[in-house]
Amino acid sequence: MVAKVANSGTYFMNGDEACCEGALAAGCRFFAGYPITPATEIAEAMSRRLPQLGGIYIQMEDEIASMAAILGASWGGVKSMTSTSGPGFSLMMENIGLGIATETPCVVCNVQRAGPSTGLPTLTAQGDMMQARWGSHGHYEIIALSPSSPQEMFDMTVRAFNLSEYFRLPVLIMADEVVGHMNERVVIPHEDEIEIISRRKPSVAPEDYLPYGADDDWIAPMANCGDGYRIHITGLTHDERGYPAMNAEAHERMVTRLVNKIRKNLDKITATRNMYMDDAEVIVVSYGISARSAMKAVRDARNEGIRAGLIKLETVWPFPEELIRSVAKNAKALIMAEINGGQMVLELERVVRGACPVHLISNYGGAIIHPGKILEVISKAAKGKL
Amino acid sequence: MTTAKAARHLPPHPMDSLLRTERIPHIWCPGCGIGTVFNALLTAISESGYDPDAVAMVSGIGCTGRMAGYIRLDSFHTTHGRALPFATGLKLAKPDTKIIVVSGDGDLFAIGGNHFIHAARRNIDMTVVCVNNFNYGMTGGQQAPSTPLGAKTSTSFSGAPEEPFNFCDLAASCGAAYVARWTAQQVRSIRSSINEAMEKRGFGFVEVIAPCPSAFGRRNRMGSALEMLKFYRGRSVTRSDIDTREATLDIDREIVVGKFVDIERPTFMDHYNKYNRPQMPPWRAGNPGHKDKR
Repeated sequence: MVAKVANSGTYFMNGDEACCEGALAAGCRFFAGYPITPATEIAEAMSRRLPQLGGIYIQMEDEIASMAAILGASWGGVKSMTSTSGPGFSLMMENIGLGIATETPCVVCNVQRAGPSTGLPTLTAQGDMMQARWGSHGHYEIIALSPSSPQEMFDMTVRAFNLSEYFRLPVLIMADEVVGHMNERVVIPHEDEIEIISRRKPSVAPEDYLPYGADDDWIAPMANCGDGYRIHITGLTHDERGYPAMNAEAHERMVTRLVNKIRKNLDKITATRNMYMDDAEVIVVSYGISARSAMKAVRDARNEGIRAGLIKLETVWPFPEELIRSVAKNAKALIMAEINGGQMVLELERVVRGACPVHLISNYGGAIIHPGKILEVISKAAKGKL
Repeated sequence: MTTAKAARHLPPHPMDSLLRTERIPHIWCPGCGIGTVFNALLTAISESGYDPDAVAMVSGIGCTGRMAGYIRLDSFHTTHGRALPFATGLKLAKPDTKIIVVSGDGDLFAIGGNHFIHAARRNIDMTVVCVNNFNYGMTGGQQAPSTPLGAKTSTSFSGAPEEPFNFCDLAASCGAAYVARWTAQQVRSIRSSINEAMEKRGFGFVEVIAPCPSAFGRRNRMGSALEMLKFYRGRSVTRSDIDTREATLDIDREIVVGKFVDIERPTFMDHYNKYNRPQMPPWRAGNPGHKDKR
């Protein structure tokens, strides 16, 4: 007897468990991981659920091996993922780069805790946002999602798999300890109602196949190991055949495509949830658990008659530049709320380019941002007293 | 360019069907032992009778790791030291594929040492071929975990101050199901060991002591490539089925070669199915790769 893929129904579950269920619903059948607080519950849930579905759970010797194993499994044609937190995320960086360069679909969930180093293992933070963007060496584009609730852990994990399969790259889920550990209502739809995207397969004969020959949308169809295409995959700079090409021109061509397959497809990737934005003049931009605090603050501000609005980043990378630029023109102020010393605020400032004042509300980690703190800044900004 | 042009006029090689001939000439130095091992490996794969579409090669970084770029199989050139965990994921996702991992001593046992001991412990069904040339050749000959005590490398000018690993003993103690060592001149033995390791259900390890005349040989005044080849062969003594603790690898005294381990042990998937999904058929029954002979 094989268990059902998605246990559709309404549940009271924590974000880590919801992440596991989202992955399974998306078709994930391989998980390699290493225990780490506060992401361990994802691995635990996977170790129980995957064997029931004919999948593989393997506990690797470290996060370097976990990341390498999910890349290998993905080339074996199986949707794969791993989960971790800060220290493990640091160890995964090199092979995340291998996944980017070799264009390997897979999902990495980072349930963030406070750093640097071992930091606060059991307490929340959003301190890995720039690491998510630039942590692996070299230039590349990345996709990172930021869930604010257990429900979004489910939904965004499904989406992360779909994006990774479509765009052929490791997609990051940048969760945090509170979202991972809190229990809330999670509705798992019937499997027929869940959209599943799988990698594009080559339609040409092996002798005509170019593993990195992209279609018009910059994305190359992917032959799996054993499909008869005799592919060669390398982390070295490579040409369309996948063969090493050690010169500046080949490198320019390869990286341009890796960048363009994201930059030229922003409409398929970028997602925000906007609240009270029709007439907003003080706009909070936030993501993950901090967006929950911001939501309360913005609602309270509205009750006080302040024209406040919220842009909740569902994709943190790529950053929604166009939207931010357009709202900045008429805003009194933009406020970033995040649990780090100010990371995504740098991106906000870069995009706003002085069109309006930008403020940061933050702490270094260990606690969520109190909505009152955000409300206070909104009120001051509305009065022009910041 | 001259070399590339010359290569185009070479007569066909018997192993051309398994080579990405458009990538020849290769990058290996004249006299390097890797070519010999690669040839033995290609012959072993060819003779094994497996459908080449069901055989994959995974390599790490370094001179030996470049084999993956020349073999016409599904081939994966991964990051430094990480061939084994990558191959583990590939194997478990696609259990009907024969996996061959090739890499050097530095890749498999320094940066990748942790992965080696765990892959052997788990008894992942794969064949690992290690070309041991006693140094990091690709980067110009630095000290490796295989460098003999006192040997000169570019990072041990006055002699390596560390004692090397005995890889075969390490593999055996970690649970490898098949362990053998040969020198690069013993091509027939290398070939048959690779064949036996491929046939073995579980983790097979074949170490080949190979000359690196450009770096290790030059710094240690070991003469030409041929002289190195003969030197290693001359130092070798065949003692199969001995305790790997006695499988000495000391280029000043003796290089013990032979087949040291050939045992049956349940693989990772055997145990996984037993504990996690007893309702499913045994792994082997659902694994055509094991009877995929032509």
